[in-house]
Amino acid sequence: MGGGFISRGFRGRRRQADGDARIPPGQYLVEGFPVLSAGPTPRTPLEEWDFTIEGEVDGPRMWSWEEFRALPSEEITRDIHCVTKWSKLGTTWEGVSIDTLLEAVDTAAEYVVAFCDGGYTTNLPLEEVTGGKAWIAHTYEGEPLAPEHGGPARLLVPHLYFWKSAKWVRGLRLLAEDEPGFWESLGYHNFGDPWREQRYWGD
Amino acid sequence: MDENRLDGNAAAGLLAEIFTLEITTARAACVRCGAAGEIGAQMAYVSEIGTVVRCATCDNALIRVSRQDDGPQRYWLDLKGVEYLQLG
Amino acid sequence: MADTPRKLSWRIGEVVETSPDTPRTKSLFLEVPGWEGHRAGQHVDVRLTAEDGYQAQRSYSIASAPEDGRVELLVERLDDGEVSPYLTDELRAGDGLELRGPIGGWFAWEAREGGPLLLVAGGSGIAPLMAIIRHRQAAGNDTPVRLLFSSRSYEDVIFREELERLATGDEKLEIIHTLTRSVPPGWEGYDRRIDEEMLGEVAFSPDERPLAFVCGPTPLVEAVATTLVRLGHEPARVKTERFGPTGG
Repeated sequence: MGGGFISRGFRGRRRQADGDARIPPGQYLVEGFPVLSAGPTPRTPLEEWDFTIEGEVDGPRMWSWEEFRALPSEEITRDIHCVTKWSKLGTTWEGVSIDTLLEAVDTAAEYVVAFCDGGYTTNLPLEEVTGGKAWIAHTYEGEPLAPEHGGPARLLVPHLYFWKSAKWVRGLRLLAEDEPGFWESLGYHNFGDPWREQRYWGD
Repeated sequence: MDENRLDGNAAAGLLAEIFTLEITTARAACVRCGAAGEIGAQMAYVSEIGTVVRCATCDNALIRVSRQDDGPQRYWLDLKGVEYLQLG
Repeated sequence: MADTPRKLSWRIGEVVETSPDTPRTKSLFLEVPGWEGHRAGQHVDVRLTAEDGYQAQRSYSIASAPEDGRVELLVERLDDGEVSPYLTDELRAGDGLELRGPIGGWFAWEAREGGPLLLVAGGSGIAPLMAIIRHRQAAGNDTPVRLLFSSRSYEDVIFREELERLATGDEKLEIIHTLTRSVPPGWEGYDRRIDEEMLGEVAFSPDERPLAFVCGPTPLVEAVATTLVRLGHEPARVKTERFGPTGG
């Protein structure tokens, strides 16, 4: 952390909610919704957008924006936790469950990589995005998801650190073997469970 | 205009924890498009999760770096986006 | 450039003086033990730590000349900021401030590099350019300089009196102001955002191959840099320091 120097009188913006059982270890609550960027914000027009499931599947599937929005959508309210230590409780989203999308394919794959406009990727065991644990979210707080927060659509996997909820997602690649993504290949924990504080390699 | 985009200079603080020689005037050639230039002239995306220096010509990630914030002082550095880095 | 390889580490500077300038800005003067000096244009990273260990970090350009022993940081108070209100409202002489630097040799100028120099500042973007102007002064250098300085109003012109004083005594230093939100009575200067027409009138001709340093809010910096290149200036001779969407 530091050499131990404390800035006299500095409190910072955040508010800790000590003892709140909904906040994982090492996290604090924020009021805004911080934007962390690893690259330029993609601006794919909806008429060019599509979502693909490919890889270890019987056959790839692709949805246009209209087809994607025609799929059954759910309202989701969840707490989210960023590895950089901020948490937001009770965030509201709307999106298509990954279970719904996977109904379209047959697969024996155990892993998945989400790939995105701009080249970002993140990897997960397939079972972490199924069984009602993950969505492709298109709406946040009742409004179309803003580009700076990953719009038109982002992966939403709230039970893991939020870097796994990949912004500007364009598809899922199902794999027989795990393939570390953008941050997982740069020191961040391969699994990323906030309740076990799995932030970095070796945690 | 991308609000999150800063000049390569903005990556200097974190990179200076790793490199002892001046990094912003280091020359790099992009593996993707071949453009060569000083790191200071490239684009930097800086946040608490990590810093990515991208080619000002083609947006390829030239340098990626993250740092462990708790526990041991540890860094992860990815230089796969550059053909070379000329320091000093 | 005499760079001694050394690892950059955090150290504590002592605030020896704070000095308000415009309604929204204040200069902090620091004594940093072991400070090896800096190049005009470089910055420092400042880190604040709360008692529970929470940290916030920001970059601030060094406004003082290398010849000045103290490190001067120019802070603009952002109402919804996390760091700037602490630096302008709370920090006082005698306090410590954790910083590392100097950082960023790319955006820097030394008198021996010559010019002419075209400096373009938006608001608090004047900070590193002031270091350049003060360094030129301290070095007794007569490189031609034109500073195009965009501010909201006359009262918001940072370092206004010092700039006036320096320019009065130096025919090679020209300061051109533009005020974007309000002008004082009788104002005959520019009264709008920097645009291509203004840059065309103010900038040295591309034939003179000026070195350009542009600093301030990201939208201003990008618009100016793009325009200078469009006017014929070499991209490699236009250096930018984006402060982010709202400024540094």
